[in-house]
Amino acid sequence: MKNVEVTPGMFSSAETKPSLKTPITLVVAAFVVLVFFGFLGKAGDISFVWSDKREAIQLPPFVVNSMLFCTFVGAVLLLIGLLSIALSLRGRRTPVWLIAIYSLGAMMALLGWLATEATQGVQMIFILGNTLVLAIPLIFGGMAGIMSERVGVVNIAIEGQLLTGAFVSAVLGTMTGNLYIGMIAAMIASGLLSMVLASLAIKYLVEQIIIGVLLNVLVIGVTNFLYSAWVDDDSINRNFPGTFEKLPIPLLSEIPVLGQVLFNNRITVYLMFILVPLLWYVLFRTKLGLRARAVGEHPLAADTVGINVGRTRFWWVTIGGMVAGLGGASLTLGNVGSFGREMSAGLGFIALAVVILGRWQPIYVTLGALLFGFTIILKVWANQVSPGIPVDFITMVPYLVTLVAVAGFAGRVKPPAASGQPYVKG
Amino acid sequence: MSKKKDVMAQKPAQDKATTVLHEIMSGDPVRIALSVLLGFIIGGVFMVVFDKNVIKAFEEFGVDPNYALSTVWWTVQDGYGALFSGSIINFGADNFTAAIRPFTETLRFAAPLIMAGLGVALTFRVGLFNIGATGQMMVGLAGATFVSTRLQMPIIIHMLAAVFAAVVCAMIWGMIVGVLKARTGAHEVIVTIMMNYVALSLFTYLLRQPNLLLEENGGGTPKSDNPDGTARLGLLFGPDFQVHYGLIFAILSVVLYWWLMEKSTFGFRFRMVGHNPSAARAAGIKVETTFIWALAISAGFSGLAAANQGLSVDGGLTTSIEAGIGFDAITVALLGGSRAGGVVMAGMLFGAFKAGSATMQVAGVSPEVLGVVKALIVLFIAAPPIIRAFYRLPVPSPKVFESAQKAKAAKVIK
Repeated sequence: MKNVEVTPGMFSSAETKPSLKTPITLVVAAFVVLVFFGFLGKAGDISFVWSDKREAIQLPPFVVNSMLFCTFVGAVLLLIGLLSIALSLRGRRTPVWLIAIYSLGAMMALLGWLATEATQGVQMIFILGNTLVLAIPLIFGGMAGIMSERVGVVNIAIEGQLLTGAFVSAVLGTMTGNLYIGMIAAMIASGLLSMVLASLAIKYLVEQIIIGVLLNVLVIGVTNFLYSAWVDDDSINRNFPGTFEKLPIPLLSEIPVLGQVLFNNRITVYLMFILVPLLWYVLFRTKLGLRARAVGEHPLAADTVGINVGRTRFWWVTIGGMVAGLGGASLTLGNVGSFGREMSAGLGFIALAVVILGRWQPIYVTLGALLFGFTIILKVWANQVSPGIPVDFITMVPYLVTLVAVAGFAGRVKPPAASGQPYVKG
Repeated sequence: MSKKKDVMAQKPAQDKATTVLHEIMSGDPVRIALSVLLGFIIGGVFMVVFDKNVIKAFEEFGVDPNYALSTVWWTVQDGYGALFSGSIINFGADNFTAAIRPFTETLRFAAPLIMAGLGVALTFRVGLFNIGATGQMMVGLAGATFVSTRLQMPIIIHMLAAVFAAVVCAMIWGMIVGVLKARTGAHEVIVTIMMNYVALSLFTYLLRQPNLLLEENGGGTPKSDNPDGTARLGLLFGPDFQVHYGLIFAILSVVLYWWLMEKSTFGFRFRMVGHNPSAARAAGIKVETTFIWALAISAGFSGLAAANQGLSVDGGLTTSIEAGIGFDAITVALLGGSRAGGVVMAGMLFGAFKAGSATMQVAGVSPEVLGVVKALIVLFIAAPPIIRAFYRLPVPSPKVFESAQKAKAAKVIK
């Protein structure tokens, strides 16, 4: 049985000593890039294409020799790795932004290596844009995960909540003819599903993981049935919502590359831009968030100072479910344009992984979700650019990274102390 | 002690009768039966509400209400009737063989569910939550397929070797989870979910390799050949029935599971750790090692399920051969209360659902409704408060319940 410890502050740096494991992993990965993509890499040229043809400001493509580029990137990665070792030896942590730069460099090297001598080059806008769009359901799902785990309820049902959101938004969006109604309905439906989870877990003390798994099974069953028995008979009038219109933000969307990727998107993406910082602010800068975290870390202490543990948990889990519903809507109305059987396809489980990878912190979780979004699009893109490359191993990478993170190899992944444990007033 | 006895003796007889009734009504068998019943009832509601004929009949409800109501009845009867005739006995069949064929189909579908379900059940008893049956099956399939398509061996020995390969590969995969859990304290739920995805990618990769698993003259699609004739699981009751030797493996694993969990010292340690790991540790049991063994043996059962799938396949093997069994195994284990007998019953029920799907489709009722029924039944059983609230059943003797709550709370406080 896990004992509840009082952790000072949120992930406070005094908690654990920085280990050398992260820096060593970084150095090893840098060597892989340097040797396999660089020294032993391909001889041809890579061209990084930065602009769509439609854009007003055209950037010239960046053409570079593959070996040269990968060797250079590998060397930079190695430097970052060594810097990280140096930081660890002085008892300091590798900052997250440095790891983000490192990941970005590694991704560029991988993209370049894959697209060496490919005629269409590396279409950066396509890749970055799709990375973002594909990561949106994961980010919302991750936020849902944070919101429930921060108050001490394990939410395995994110998968089901995403699927509920996707189904309800597509069907109601089509039937009412208004996608916004569909989106709000998706949030309500997923919120209701969360209430079932919350009340069974909090009031009736049913094992949270079991309830989560079973709610997933239930939602898959119900949506499969409704899809085959009802929706599919008349899919024009029941499952043909289309997507939200793209809303380019004036001026910002004119910025080369970034403008296209970030500021020419659908409302679901902009909602994410608002929600993630908002959740971070609420969790770490307001009384509300402090109370929530207290409930998740040490419910007894929270109860003693007069916080209603049950109620706090119930509402955070419910609102988290609504966010996951939004994630489901962003899957249909924000990307695909219609509902498909079991279309969440494990995204809810990946969201759980992302929550851990991002250490229950909204901004890090978003970065983790982007990593997964990148691998999803990479798999599609790599097949087009150079067929025959074993994409299976690339697909594996984010899961392995998560495994490494969960296994504590990265040193300091620590969930909210009371996560998954019911609380009964004694 | 004696004082307590006195109190019991002084209780009036009538009160005793209500106590007995109370106990029966709050007990497990009644609750399970009522859960199954309610699951089917709600499934029936789903069937009716979204049925085309019923919707049409109700549009003319004012004209002919009797017709509308009888349509409701017939829809449910057709649906569940088709389920029955597709999974148990087909009374409409010409001969005896055809009549009992549905039941043997149920057995065929139940066998892998039971084996994988036993695996998940074992980890439940140790207090672990193993979602990894899917991945363990994938790795097991890789092992079984390699042995059954690439190696030459005499009949029966080849089959046994393939089964053995599946079990060993799956056990190694499960053991990794156990080691990660024991060494680093990583939560097995997340680890197994991740391992499932890794296993899927790994299996797909292996299926693409011409010198490992890829079919002869195969192209880009990850697909293998059929297992060699010498490695196939033979048909059990002749060519009229599709049920094969996988069933024997299922029966053996049930016996093995029962012996392991209820009779062996190994199982005693498992249960002890599941009950109270701290007490088990105090009693000198190596909890971490127990976790590793539990996850490895559990994965071995999933490996048997994988062998069942991989060695009976026709038309080449792809990743879809896993058929969701790894995930269904969780529900089977939950429904079966992690006991050997319970898992058998649960596996048979879900096997019947799979067997009856085709006939339901023919009868014009969407068999997907069974997915709803299945989920509801297990949800009701796993969450007793729902079923109690629905039927207004009594809570099992309140003192027991209260102390259970206290115990849970104590964990938190400690």
